[in-house]
Amino acid sequence: MAQRSLSRFNMASLTLGLAFLYLPIVILVIYSFNASRLVTVWGGWSLVWYRELFNDSAMIEAAWMSLTVGATSATIATLLGTLAAVALSRGEGFRGRTLFSGMLYSPLVMPEVITGLSLLLLFVALDAERGFWTVVIAHTTLTMCFVAVVVQSRLGSLDRSLEEAAMDLGCDPVRAFLMVTLPLIIPAIVAGWMLAFTLSLDDLVIASFTTGPGSATLPIRIYSEVRLGVKPEINAICTLVIGLIAVVIVVASLASKLTSARGESAAPL
Amino acid sequence: MSGRRISTRRIFARPARFAAIVPYVWMVLFFLVPFGFVLKISLSQTAIARPPYIPVFDLTAGAAALKAAFASLSIDNFRLLVSDNLYVLSYLRSVVVALISTSILLLIGYPIAYGMARLPKRWQGVAMMLVIVPFWTSFLIRIYAWINILQHDGLLNRVLLMLHLVSQPVVWLSTDSAMYIGIVYSYLPFMILPLYATLSKMDTALEEAAADLGAGPGKVFWLVTFPLSLPGVGAGVLLCFIPIVGEFVIPDLLAGSNSLMIGQTLWLEFFMNKDWPVASACAIALLVLLIAPLLLYDRLQRRQLEAQ
Repeated sequence: MAQRSLSRFNMASLTLGLAFLYLPIVILVIYSFNASRLVTVWGGWSLVWYRELFNDSAMIEAAWMSLTVGATSATIATLLGTLAAVALSRGEGFRGRTLFSGMLYSPLVMPEVITGLSLLLLFVALDAERGFWTVVIAHTTLTMCFVAVVVQSRLGSLDRSLEEAAMDLGCDPVRAFLMVTLPLIIPAIVAGWMLAFTLSLDDLVIASFTTGPGSATLPIRIYSEVRLGVKPEINAICTLVIGLIAVVIVVASLASKLTSARGESAAPL
Repeated sequence: MSGRRISTRRIFARPARFAAIVPYVWMVLFFLVPFGFVLKISLSQTAIARPPYIPVFDLTAGAAALKAAFASLSIDNFRLLVSDNLYVLSYLRSVVVALISTSILLLIGYPIAYGMARLPKRWQGVAMMLVIVPFWTSFLIRIYAWINILQHDGLLNRVLLMLHLVSQPVVWLSTDSAMYIGIVYSYLPFMILPLYATLSKMDTALEEAAADLGAGPGKVFWLVTFPLSLPGVGAGVLLCFIPIVGEFVIPDLLAGSNSLMIGQTLWLEFFMNKDWPVASACAIALLVLLIAPLLLYDRLQRRQLEAQ
């Protein structure tokens, strides 16, 4: 029984670990409200850097580009990722299944420089104009697998007798999927979309390779500013992004709570 | 009844397979085919042109031209990679940095994951959420947060000065220590989560039995806990090692520019020198380096899926 309880060592490593994970972000957020231009001197609370930020049209433009790229690519990735998850968990065996799941899941671990470079070479070969749509395609390819993982794990835990019952009662498979399976996996699909959106919002390397001149995303813009040094405006934009992501996380976790609640109510059937 | 269930499943499976078509085509077009281009361009020669390489073959040119093109394939770019110290050193540095960071991550991540697995059940979910949240927060922002802390008159130096641990500010930025801090910070969730997944599922009765039979805490850990957690260790190590080898942003922003990692070299060749063939050759070299760990990871994943 002694092993089960928390030792002082366990407690200390947990506390230190979480402090290590959160302290830098908290410091960043606090300093975005600093009135002083010097990032290291505390000059009292102020919103001056947020005002400055809203006058920086290049930054606003980049933020808008990132939000639209994120929303578009997350939507396509959610559609394709859900289809892939359905095929993998309900399609039984089909030709090329191993290749399919291999391709689908390799962007999870593939170094970003390789994915970025290879997509750029493709776009150049196709003579495609680089900009919004090339980044959308790149981000869709990157994030589809994350959606597929989330949706596939939900499909795997679903009681299959529900869709079978619908079919026994005369539904064709497509109707059974749309009427029975889809409503049950909607929360996982929402969570997948959120994950794809934040990953797209976060990506610097792949976007740098696949975007064209004059259409920088927010991370590209932040990166070029950060290379020149620490600036309070950057703290402000970073805080706004963290705030947006916090909202996304809350929505996604509510969605996954819904998933488990529905899963439990569905189980006794 | 069971026969009927199986046939219902089969009827359901047919349209489900059709669902694969669109994502399948997408991945072939935007994942598999691009690798062909990387390989092709890595074998072509550099040119001052747009795009800056001499095309190796043109599928529309017919079979005879294709044959001639194959004869002109050059491995010069790979020869350059092997003969020039810059590439060999950045290749080696990537492996060394990834090995050291992964070891530090394991040392730090294990006690945290172990602590999480020993929490009361209802707190485990909260702890897991707390570890995952930073993973959702932007990579770049987290590195930027550390630049704030590590800069010359940043928080770390001021704390160290205040505690009289150092007499003058330490140079942190543009050093390897800053890079290791950044890498460990960014990849910690990737190490903790697979470790926690194995440790939390482990039957504590085994540890208790070993303790009851007279093993001390250290012996229990090394003879029982650690060997049983090896699948988690393997997954965590690979999940960190593979992307760290190809890392670009962290060494670029936190380490000095004296020695580069292979991802940085690729980036420089591509964006600064506009040498696409050499950049492609770097990518192929990086991929070759990662094939063994990638296959290992794939095998681990499959085994885990089968175990479920």
